[in-house]
This record gives sequence, structure tokens and C-alpha cells, in this order.
Amino acid sequence: MGLELFNTMILLLLVVAAIVALRVKDLLTASVVFAVYSFLMCLLWAEMGAVDVAFTEATVGAGISTVVMVATILNLKRKSSD
Amino acid sequence: MLKKKRKEQERKMKDSSFIPVLAETMTSSLNDLNIIQIFGFLLGVLGLIFFLGAAVGMLRFPDFYTRMHAAGKGDSMSTMLMLSGLGLVTMEDYSLGSWLVFVKIMGIVLFIYLTSPTSTHVLMKAAFEDNHMPLDEKDLKKAKGKKK
Amino acid sequence: MIDWFAMLVGGSLFLFMVPLLYRIWVGPTAYDRILAVNVIGTKTAVLLVVIGALFDRVHMFVDFAIAYALLNFLASVVVSRYLNRTAAERNVEEKTKGARA
Repeated sequence: MGLELFNTMILLLLVVAAIVALRVKDLLTASVVFAVYSFLMCLLWAEMGAVDVAFTEATVGAGISTVVMVATILNLKRKSSD
Repeated sequence: MLKKKRKEQERKMKDSSFIPVLAETMTSSLNDLNIIQIFGFLLGVLGLIFFLGAAVGMLRFPDFYTRMHAAGKGDSMSTMLMLSGLGLVTMEDYSLGSWLVFVKIMGIVLFIYLTSPTSTHVLMKAAFEDNHMPLDEKDLKKAKGKKK
Repeated sequence: MIDWFAMLVGGSLFLFMVPLLYRIWVGPTAYDRILAVNVIGTKTAVLLVVIGALFDRVHMFVDFAIAYALLNFLASVVVSRYLNRTAAERNVEEKTKGARA
């Protein structure tokens, strides 16, 4: 019974994180909220029992893609604070 | 007629008797539990209360620096309590293996204790150098004035 | 008994994450959002151990949670370093603009 409870909660938080990632204006914050999204995805994988997939999702999501996105934003000359 | 009514009541009683059933399972499972696990359970609940404090602090504090203070402290404290609570609860036999798991959980706590101050410090330095000044009495009075 | 306790801890952890997500949504400055992401990151490590307790394979999930705490720390430090550099650049621009005008 516990796992279904976690399942629904993680999925709800995932949807909220995705909407926030889309709606936020600042580029950097979008990439940071994307890190939250991959945190929750990794939790979802772990909760469903696929530990190795969760591990790669964690390394790729929090580890590499956030860093790469932040590096690209860093090199942007024109600040898009629209 | 009477028997049917009694069967009816029994069925109704069975459906609506979820609360006593839940209570019964909780109490019955509580007594086959040794001191360590009860202590772990208390630690876990304490950690939750601290995290509630941190979350409410993150929500209601007016300024970034006060929120940082709430997050930095509440977060690492509640992580330490909850993790040690979980470690104690999930330790059934006191063999070497379960002790190793407990030591690893304490490793996580130690790591979070080392890294969370550093990351909050770096974040605070970035905010401060971006001349993001903390609120002082004037702004608070103005804010309170606006709210009233 | 263990999974009853793990469910309690995990469920309320998720419940307390909602104000953090609200802080991410509203957070006036980017710094509040990064702070909330940092808190969610450390809480995810605790949740991993809780899920391990639910599966009663704690030994496997504990290593995973350690690696996870490392990654979360890495992400938040990199983002803060980035903000630090752009803040420094913006200060330099303002000073030079002042001097040039």
C-alpha cells in the first residue's frame, strides 16, 4: 500500500515541477527546476524498483545536464531576462 | 427477519470498523518491537517535525537570507534525525551486515553535514555579491504598513 | 511495522515538499529557487533510504543515496558558482559604464 501512495505523490509533484519549469521566466531557474524534475524522475524509477535506471537518471539529470545547461547559459552574451 | 438484520449490522460494522482495525494493527505490531526500533521511530518523528519547521520557515520568512537560515539549519538537522531513525528501525539482527548499513547511513549524514553548509555558503556569497541586500527595519515597516 | 513507519516518513516528506515547490514557483529571486532545489535534493536522499526500507533492501539503496547526495551537492555548487560569475561581470559592467559616462 505504501508504494502506491508514493507513486501517486511522486507523479503529482512531477507534474507540478514540469509546469513550473515551463512557466518560469529566467533561463537559469528553468534549468534548476529541470534538476528538480530529474530528481523526482529518479525517485520514480527507484520506487518502481529499477535501481540502475534511477542511478543513471540521477547522474545524467542532476549531474551532467544541469551543469551543461548552466554552462551554456553562462556563455550567452545577451541576457534573456525577458 | 432478526437474523438478516443482525447480519446487516455485522456487515455495516465490518465496513465502518476500519479505524479500530487500523488501531489494532498498530498496537499489535508495536509490542513485538524492541527498544532500539521504538527509539528509531521517535527519532524519525522528531526529524519530521524539524523538517516541518524548515518548510514553514522557507514559506513564511520575508527575506532571502532568513529563508536561507531556515533551510540550511532545518534541512541538515531533519536529515540527520530521520536518517538515524530509519537506520535504527531497519536494523533487525545485530550482525555485522546490518551494522555496516547503519554505518553507511551515518556516512550519508556526515556527508550532508559537510556539504550543506558549503553549498549554502556559496549560494549566500553569490547572492550577497549580486548586491542583494537583506531587508532592514525600513522595508519591514513599509511592508507591514502595506499589509495593514 | 517497518513499512508502516517508512510510509509515514515518506508520505509526510512528500507533503512537506509542496511548500518548497510553492517557494520555487513564487520565489522572487533566482536564489530562493536554487535554495529550495537544494533542500529538495537532500530530502530526496532521505526518501531513497525510505524506499529502500519499504523494499526492505536498505543495503542497496543506501549506496545509491550516498551517490545521490554527492550529485545534488555538485549541481547546487555549480549553479551558485555560475551566479557568482555573472554577478561579478554585471558589477564590472556597471563600474565601467559609470567611468565611461
